[in-house]
Amino acid sequence: MPTLNDILILLPEFYLVAAACVLLLLDAFMKPAQRGVLHWLSIAVLLVGIYLVVSGQPDVPVTAFGGMFVRDGVAEILKVFALLTTALVFVYARPYLVDRKLFVGEFYTLAIFAVIGVMLLVSAGNLVMVYLGLELLTLSSYALVALNRDSRLSSEAAIKYFVLGAMASGMLLYGMSMVYGATGTLALAQLHGAAAHTAMPNLLVFGLIFMIVGIGFKLGAAPFHMWIPDVYEGSPTAVTIFIGSAPKLAAFGMAYRLLDTGLGDLSHYWQPVLAVLAVLSLAIGNLVAIVQSNLKRLLAYSTISHMGYLLLGLVNAGPEGYASAMFYAISYALMGTAAFGVILALARAGFECDRIDDLKGLNHRSPWLAFLMLLVMFSLAGVPPLFGFFAKLMVLEAAIHAGMVWLAVVGAIAAIVGLYYYLRVVKVMYFDRPDEGMETRVQPDFALRAVLSVNALVLLALGLGWGPLLNWCRAVFPG
Amino acid sequence: MELSTSILLTIALAPLAGCFLAGFLGRVIGRAGAHTVTILGVAASCGLSFYVLYQLVLGGAAVYNHNVYTWLDVGQISLSVGFLVDRLTAMMMVVVTLVSLLVHVYTIGYMADDDGYQRFFSYISLFTFSMLMLVMSNNFMQLFFGWEAVGLVSYLLIGFWARRPTATFASLKAFLINRVGDFGFVLGVAAVLYFLGSLDYATVFAAAPSLAGKTLAISQNVHWDAATVIAVLLFIGAMGKSAQVPLHVWLPDSMEGPTPISALIHAATMVTAGIFMVARMSPIYELSPAALSFVMVIGATGALFTGLIGIVQNDIKRVVAYSTLSQLGYMTVALGVSAYAGAVFHLMTHAFFKALLFLGAGSVIIAMHHEQDMRYMGGLRKYMPVTWITMWVGALALCGVPFFAGFYSKDSIIEAVGESHRWGAGYAYFCVMAGVFVTALYTFRQMYLTFHGKERFTVAAHHGHGAHDDHGHHAPGVLAHPPKESPWVVTLPLVLLAIPSLAVGYFTIGPVLFGDWFGGAIHVEEGGNVLAELGREFHGSLAMALHGFTQLPFFLVLAAFAITTYIYLFKPALAGRIKKAFLPLYTLLDRKYWVDEVYYAVFAKGGVALGRLFAKRGDGKLIDGALVNGSAGLVRRTAAGMRQLQSGYLYHYAFAMIFGLVLLLGGYWLFGR
Repeated sequence: MPTLNDILILLPEFYLVAAACVLLLLDAFMKPAQRGVLHWLSIAVLLVGIYLVVSGQPDVPVTAFGGMFVRDGVAEILKVFALLTTALVFVYARPYLVDRKLFVGEFYTLAIFAVIGVMLLVSAGNLVMVYLGLELLTLSSYALVALNRDSRLSSEAAIKYFVLGAMASGMLLYGMSMVYGATGTLALAQLHGAAAHTAMPNLLVFGLIFMIVGIGFKLGAAPFHMWIPDVYEGSPTAVTIFIGSAPKLAAFGMAYRLLDTGLGDLSHYWQPVLAVLAVLSLAIGNLVAIVQSNLKRLLAYSTISHMGYLLLGLVNAGPEGYASAMFYAISYALMGTAAFGVILALARAGFECDRIDDLKGLNHRSPWLAFLMLLVMFSLAGVPPLFGFFAKLMVLEAAIHAGMVWLAVVGAIAAIVGLYYYLRVVKVMYFDRPDEGMETRVQPDFALRAVLSVNALVLLALGLGWGPLLNWCRAVFPG
Repeated sequence: MELSTSILLTIALAPLAGCFLAGFLGRVIGRAGAHTVTILGVAASCGLSFYVLYQLVLGGAAVYNHNVYTWLDVGQISLSVGFLVDRLTAMMMVVVTLVSLLVHVYTIGYMADDDGYQRFFSYISLFTFSMLMLVMSNNFMQLFFGWEAVGLVSYLLIGFWARRPTATFASLKAFLINRVGDFGFVLGVAAVLYFLGSLDYATVFAAAPSLAGKTLAISQNVHWDAATVIAVLLFIGAMGKSAQVPLHVWLPDSMEGPTPISALIHAATMVTAGIFMVARMSPIYELSPAALSFVMVIGATGALFTGLIGIVQNDIKRVVAYSTLSQLGYMTVALGVSAYAGAVFHLMTHAFFKALLFLGAGSVIIAMHHEQDMRYMGGLRKYMPVTWITMWVGALALCGVPFFAGFYSKDSIIEAVGESHRWGAGYAYFCVMAGVFVTALYTFRQMYLTFHGKERFTVAAHHGHGAHDDHGHHAPGVLAHPPKESPWVVTLPLVLLAIPSLAVGYFTIGPVLFGDWFGGAIHVEEGGNVLAELGREFHGSLAMALHGFTQLPFFLVLAAFAITTYIYLFKPALAGRIKKAFLPLYTLLDRKYWVDEVYYAVFAKGGVALGRLFAKRGDGKLIDGALVNGSAGLVRRTAAGMRQLQSGYLYHYAFAMIFGLVLLLGGYWLFGR
């Protein structure tokens, strides 16, 4: 029987479910002109969620509902940043949605439900819970991608995402059933011990590989990345930014729960598999990004390569590696949000600002935005002293400590290749002349400008003082 | 008693703070704000420098030698920021900050109409900071930092008026020639590290005697003495920075910069960094008589032959510039005969009277609406009496007329050279003695052409018209307004510099030169200590000055005075006839011994030709063609191929996923089991 204590442990999640329902009802009874209230209320809901997560955090990991749900430090950090980036997304998305008549309550409730999915996923203590959280996240995401249902591109992206996502879910579920068959348990904690004594090791490893396909799909690691460019490009930018932020944190959490908590004993099997995925992601992401002319697609391929770096941390299969991978996931979530934030700031009704050429001469037109984009691009490229550099440094170090120097070398070379397309964006902004008829002065929404500035400058601040965040990440993975 | 670290840090950092405020917030704080903050910064520095000097000389404070910040530790080497403050340092600090302060004030008047007002103040404050870091350093690395930083600021300031092609050319020339010197210098620092294993002054000087007998093997049969190698390499750095022959050609061109910096950087302080450095390194130089002879010959050559060029110059600033070259030669000769204290003493007096002469020339230039050609001046003494009198003080000090500051320092150097028995001392003695005559010749010529004789300019009749207020002149020698005395911010520094030019020698020669004033800062081997020899015959400043009236140098000055007075006051046409009569000689001097032409033809053109060769063959074909574009092309082709996979068809994507799964399962089945 669930006790009051169980409910208190899940208080942030219960609160968010209730809040999302309230928002849904409010939206139904509100005039469209009053949606601004809904917007700020949604942001407030997320911020209160962060407060509840942090304030109710127990000193030692606790479980609820018979081990289905785990509340520990890893979950806390991931939830805080998932909620935070979603709040950023809400701020950045508003002008874009208003301009395109997409400023509807569904966007907010769907996104909040997706975040609840993230929170359940990263706190999962059972394979069923993993699946449940994942489905809540992905189903909400499919609907979000199709938000602009009159757009052919958007609908096409949603269909592709849905079909491929369903396939991946199927494989994940299939893998879970094999693991269950080999060990006889669904609880991750028990799986840990049972894996060593299984009578069917091949079945177990097959199950593991099927599950890795699911993880790889969620992360967007090659060769399970094909959906990413099309979905990133096809979704309304306000949705792309969401897909690129919180779900990445969730994917890391899912990988950690399944691979370490659950099948940590099989790490010598999954390490080489992840290494292969990392190399493919680094190579495909960086190389194909070079030939892109669409900014959203470029960032999509950049995501793929960043997931390659995240995998470098996971490959370590130790506390240091998990900490560096989580550090990387957080850095990517902040950088990705800022990058798409700049695009959202520049987009207008009838103008998506999704081609690289749309940034031509941005420095002449809007020097501050150009500078923010410069910071973001340098951070994504891993130029010191920005946040992205130290995140890369940590995962490369983790790979080296795992004895995979060659993998770190691949990562370093990939970073050099990647530098090219990030710098191309900077070059276009600073050295190219604006085309005829381009807007001379861009004056985005005040809240967007202010928050975006903070977001981009935080990349610089965290680059200079990355110690506390890294120590926080390290503290939650016991050695 | 100990000097306070915070005071020393304030001295160094106050000008830097002023530089940042004026440089980065220049538009916010405005013109008045910019000169206020920078002057306050330098004034604080100057006041505290005087306090430090007072503490060391009268307060009985011990020599300060501590690291304040460790930059990095690499293996055995530790690189730090630290201060070594003894009397030598303190004296340099006072000279640098005092002249800098006066130049800051003077700049208010000189640059009043310039668009780059704040930038200029920011630069000169940055210069003050860099120069202080250089002189206060307690290790070679920081010395090198200051050395390069002053070079950078010098480059920025010579090219301050970047729209003038001549200014950018001159700044580039100064920069490139200093590269040559700095290359030697950094090799010298490396040699110190190689032989002595440390870059810290105290450690290096303590270990210096162990250099004796060590050699550097150049080839199997050629071994160079270690001390000589270090000393000569370091001196090559000094040759660049202190404009010694043959690396002197940048200094006259540096006059393209605004006059205040000619006074501060290219006369009083930066160009003397080389002199200071050699004096500081005296424990190393004393180990190598060969290196000292080299130093002496280079210095003596510069002292005489660059002075000769000054006689034929018509640009008022260039005369002073060549005079600076010649005086730097004197200092270098003093170093060469182990009279380090004499060199530093001349450095100090020269800083005052040469800054005075430059600032005076600048004052004339303001009055002449930025006309610098002395052929269009004359008779200015009526219009600008303060400038006239103060410049005469500077001129007499430069010529070494007894009682003036320059007399004490220059005569001491000449006598020290006379006492020396080092190889090359005879040549050096001739050069410095003849140099006295030459110095007086060009100095008096300059004074007569500028302030005396007939007015060779005319004032345009229709002045007061708005369009003519732009300080431009219509034709050479035609002024929009009659010349007038400069504002007080210009004349006050002149007066304040005239006082030490007149009196600093009289009061300080006794203790500084002969009283072991520098203590342990300067090391001279027994047997070569020429100043000690002189000290035995020294009976006070008054006696020395009176004695000076009976000596050859004074008669040489008198002779030059007589000649120039006759020519320029009474027979102006004679100058032209002399020029015609000695045309080959005149051409030789006017073309500056064709050194520039040789450099352009050999080094500049040769360098460019070599660069072209490498650019076309090496860079263009091999690096760009094969490596850079080759690898980029490979990446592009691969990427274009991979892009084809992203076809947009759902079944292709699904297939890729299945393919990936099969790949992983197959991999496990083949290798993992």
